[in-house]
Amino acid sequence: MSKKQETAKRPVSKGDMTRAQWTWKEMKRNKVAYAMVAPFVILFFVFTVLPVGLSMILSLTDFNMLQTPGWQGVNNYIRLFLEDEVFLIACKNTLIFASITGPVSYFMALLVAWFINELPPKIRAVVTLIFYAPSISGAVYMIWTTLFSSDSYGWINAKLLNWGIIDTPILFFQDEKYVMPLCIVVALWTSLGTAFLSFIAGLQTIDNSQFEAGAVDGVKNRWQELWYITLPNMKPQLMFGAVLSITQAFGFGAIVTALCGFPSVNYAAHTIMHCLDDYGGQRYEIGYASAIAVVLFVIMITCNMVIKKLLSKVGQ
Amino acid sequence: MDERLKPGKLRVRNHRVILNRSVGGDAGITFFLSILGAFMFLPMLYVIMQSLKPLDELFVFPPRFFVIKPTFNNFRDLFSLMSDSWVPFSRYIFNTVFITFCGTLGNLIFASMAAYALAKIKFPGAKFIFSLIVTSLMFHSTVNQVTHFILLSAFGMIDRHMSIILPAMASTLGLYLMKQFMESSVSDSVLESARLDGASEFRIYLTIAMPMVKPAWLTLMIESFRGLWNTGASIYIHSEQLKTFNYAIGQILAGGIARSGAGAASTVIMMLVPITVFVINQSKIIETFGSSGMKD
Repeated sequence: MSKKQETAKRPVSKGDMTRAQWTWKEMKRNKVAYAMVAPFVILFFVFTVLPVGLSMILSLTDFNMLQTPGWQGVNNYIRLFLEDEVFLIACKNTLIFASITGPVSYFMALLVAWFINELPPKIRAVVTLIFYAPSISGAVYMIWTTLFSSDSYGWINAKLLNWGIIDTPILFFQDEKYVMPLCIVVALWTSLGTAFLSFIAGLQTIDNSQFEAGAVDGVKNRWQELWYITLPNMKPQLMFGAVLSITQAFGFGAIVTALCGFPSVNYAAHTIMHCLDDYGGQRYEIGYASAIAVVLFVIMITCNMVIKKLLSKVGQ
Repeated sequence: MDERLKPGKLRVRNHRVILNRSVGGDAGITFFLSILGAFMFLPMLYVIMQSLKPLDELFVFPPRFFVIKPTFNNFRDLFSLMSDSWVPFSRYIFNTVFITFCGTLGNLIFASMAAYALAKIKFPGAKFIFSLIVTSLMFHSTVNQVTHFILLSAFGMIDRHMSIILPAMASTLGLYLMKQFMESSVSDSVLESARLDGASEFRIYLTIAMPMVKPAWLTLMIESFRGLWNTGASIYIHSEQLKTFNYAIGQILAGGIARSGAGAASTVIMMLVPITVFVINQSKIIETFGSSGMKD
């Protein structure tokens, strides 16, 4: 191998160049790296970064796919928060929905992963499948409409009638009282997904010698072990799982629509996702829909940032 | 093993010493897991039961949970319903398989290539790109659906499978997992010696890095697969002959109670595929998630 080749592979030394010069040299040296990330980054840019940017711009206009858009400033946002009652209901519902499904699904995933960690591998694999299956099985959650159906085929109503708890069937999906809790239950049922797998894996990577050392140092029970040894060791997974759980908690719109129809009775389970669908997909008020999208985007990112801050305190 | 530990206090399970475990705690945990497990499992079981019930058992009042005389009639009915449909049913299945295959393959190639460069080559901008990708995990992609529609129509991709496949190719979760896994399991010294031997980065990626991260491929594939397999009615596709299997099932279910047996049968078929894929690859998938963690 020639000397020339060898120097070409080495990072350029900063020496007596300006920062810009050095960066340029480094960029030229790493042409291959840019070629390798290019296909992904271009698609990512077009389908993720650009749409977010475009939403932010369009949210300041009254674009409707037909006429030339006019500049609206923050009028769309004013209309959202001051005039649109349905949107405010949707905001409230989304926050209730997310603040229940997010944390509950997160702690459920963590607890279940932790509990099954000590099972023998074969049994653990089966139990993992039982908990994980609903999240990968697509539209299987539609079975809940059969279980809670209000006609004579509804299993839950039949049982309640049979036991004498009620004397007329409950219209679960048409009653404001039940719509939201039911959607939350079904959402939770489908929620043990990627974060759950990440926790299981994180628990398996912790070295057993740490637990032995912990026992010597006076860890008395499994809960102390969890707090002082297990959780600090799987902090990166806790972080990753939190991000996924939060994102997921705001994305259950499709389940709600499938269960309760669109719009749900008296907007009892109307979420920001549904507002977005309504204005973007059906009324083509793109400018207004974009403002909704931006609000949702900001809510999700803010939640993630706050939770990240909180999680960095675990075990400290 | 440390001598200060009294052997009497230790319990061994899976060749591991289990410490600090009270029997009461074990019982409580078993109880908790059973209740939650029943909550997760019974609805799944009910779908399977429904799909195996003959007509008279489906319509009996009060409804029974378990099937008494299991039959495959519902599956047979499903297939005859399928052959009656205006668009041949095989077409819906082809569409789903096509979208899933192309999207997953594209995602695997593009994401693994980018993951290799981001994890193993130091170049200006790599950190920035990765931070954008992590940020993208923090919001749900439906936020973008309206602007997606505008962009896709600008590219002339509305009513084509590409409108689903292309965005799926750039799904970021797979890239994230792949990059983290490469960082933890591909050693730099191996790559460095290959570089000294004059191998190009692309060659190193293909012949050294990729074979070392096979578990991560599987994980990326199942993540991409489950998203695409369940593609339902998409606002980007209008033509009936381009729609997916999942959409067609929705149409069958919309046929009302008379078709609930066939509906359950189709749901069972739909869920069997991803579950089988997961069962076969479970240990590999979990191995990948071992490195999935996020450092602040």
